[in-house]
Amino acid sequence: MTVKEGEAASLVDAYRALARRKALLVASLSLGALALAAVALTLGSAGLSLADVLRAVTGRAEDTVYRIVLHIRLPRVTAALLAGTGLAVVGCVMQNLLVNPLASDYTLGISQGAAFGAAVAIVFLGAGSTQSTTLDAVWVRNPYLVTLFAFLGAILTTLVVLGMAGLRRMAPEALVLAGIAMGALFSAGTVIVQYFANDVQVASVVFWTFGDLGRATWKELAVMALVIFPVTAFFILKRWDLNALAAGDETAKSLGVRAERLRPVGMLLASLAAAVSVAFLGIIAFVGLVAPHMMRRIVGSDYRYLLPGSAAAGALLLLASDTVGRTMMAPVVLPVGAITSFLGAPLFVYLLLRGRGR
Amino acid sequence: MPVAESTLTGEGLEITWERNALELEAVSFSYPSWDVLRGVTFRLRYGEVCSVLGNNGAGKTTLLKCILGILKPSDGVVLVEGDCALSLRPTERARRMGYVPQRHDGHHRLTVFEAVLLGRKPYVNWSAGRRDLEVVESVLGRLGLSHLSLRYTDELSGGELQKVIIARALAQEPRIILLDEPTNNLDLRNQVEMMDILRSEARRSGLCVLSAIHDINLALRYSDKFVILKDGRVQRWGGPEVVTEEAVEEAYGVRVKMVDLDGVRCCLPVAPGTSGNPGGKSQ
Repeated sequence: MTVKEGEAASLVDAYRALARRKALLVASLSLGALALAAVALTLGSAGLSLADVLRAVTGRAEDTVYRIVLHIRLPRVTAALLAGTGLAVVGCVMQNLLVNPLASDYTLGISQGAAFGAAVAIVFLGAGSTQSTTLDAVWVRNPYLVTLFAFLGAILTTLVVLGMAGLRRMAPEALVLAGIAMGALFSAGTVIVQYFANDVQVASVVFWTFGDLGRATWKELAVMALVIFPVTAFFILKRWDLNALAAGDETAKSLGVRAERLRPVGMLLASLAAAVSVAFLGIIAFVGLVAPHMMRRIVGSDYRYLLPGSAAAGALLLLASDTVGRTMMAPVVLPVGAITSFLGAPLFVYLLLRGRGR
Repeated sequence: MPVAESTLTGEGLEITWERNALELEAVSFSYPSWDVLRGVTFRLRYGEVCSVLGNNGAGKTTLLKCILGILKPSDGVVLVEGDCALSLRPTERARRMGYVPQRHDGHHRLTVFEAVLLGRKPYVNWSAGRRDLEVVESVLGRLGLSHLSLRYTDELSGGELQKVIIARALAQEPRIILLDEPTNNLDLRNQVEMMDILRSEARRSGLCVLSAIHDINLALRYSDKFVILKDGRVQRWGGPEVVTEEAVEEAYGVRVKMVDLDGVRCCLPVAPGTSGNPGGKSQ
């Protein structure tokens, strides 16, 4: 957007036009995500038309169609939209709070911490069970307890990250390396926990490593929504504070932002949102890194647009990944975490390279 | 400073240019093993441009941060327009004081307009209104940044970026602006432009300008008042007359000669002194 605007037009008008363009872009991304959701509902081994889906949602379809749509496809699509929104917002905010462009729930090991906590709750505390079939490797009985423990695991990691970031003014790369180390530690912990379960299956280990959107039931989705929506709303409310923080701590404080309070509070809320998604869907890599960076390139770093833009882009990205994952080699369903890694890693490298050239 | 010398509370005083915008009374700040500021006292009026002089480590940045409330003085009081700075709500403080830090991050993809609009943060509740946008437009115009307003800040030169940061602080519509070495890393033309802008803002709206600065000559050229810091103490403060050869030598440990050049006083180093830090006037 380096176009030279006409000198005659007032700056206010020129800026307003730019702001409108950005808002429009964010709105169309959100609509795009919803449109893709509608399409995704029709895709799958049982071919359904948009009309079938509509009838099922309004409760006027035959039993099989109703079941496919409301118990298999709609929860899956909802999970994609929810988790995509949540993870993108989490990544976007963490990059700001830690002043680290490489930060995200996945790269800092926070997701791995959450997975460890969830595994502990399921295996040791009877909040669920690990089973032998690949399709239902992990079964959650008590979503609240699982969320709580996933959150505890995430908090533990977050506190270590905050401590390291604050204590030693670590370089961004160093912090991410430390995050990878913690992620590896927790992943190993999760594998070991699995071995204490009655029925040791590789499937349940894979469950935590590569997230899959197909597991969540409506009850678990409700818990996710109850966490992710308020957290997202909180950060959108704080978008000016986030902008101020991006300009540096001292500037933020001189603008009346309580940086020393916003940082830990924001990090804890963000890890809660990441934890709830990991607890029910497993670790979904790179969405929290790629979606915000894509949007930074497109709408810039102003959190008034970046935050909702990232949320929409995250939802779109995760839904697209999942739809590809379950239709590409149908009837085999690939875990979405694997797809996002495939889509996300090269795209991220591309964005970094393009950024260098500017 | 005859006016308001005795009234430190400032209760009920009208806002006039005669009134003190900023008053420091015995402000001290210490880290556990190091006293950075010791009993700093001085006063500034509206419309005055003041330079804080002193070598590296004299406590200039700490002083600015104590005034802003980013650091809490261990002793003494800072009065901002007559009110104790620490008792003001952060938002209210931000409406009265703007800050241009020494280091800032310019690597964000914000347009110049957005970066300056951030200065409206203390006034914005939900979204920026018409008036906020107009203030930004006016500030951009005064600083000659209008043509850059939709450019991204990561595409700007150092001088342009520095102006954007100052524009952001001015968009706060503060009564006092604090600047930490605003002319650092700027070429000669930009240095002069920067100081010109600040002085004209002071003359135009009664803004009180306080900047920590290394360049004594630039300070002499543009400032009304001077605060000379040495080891956290105010060595001298007052008008240009306090910046003497002896004062500079004491503060920097460098022998200097003051000369008159077409009515402007200039300060030239003669030879490194023996006392203290011969490289004190580096950067």
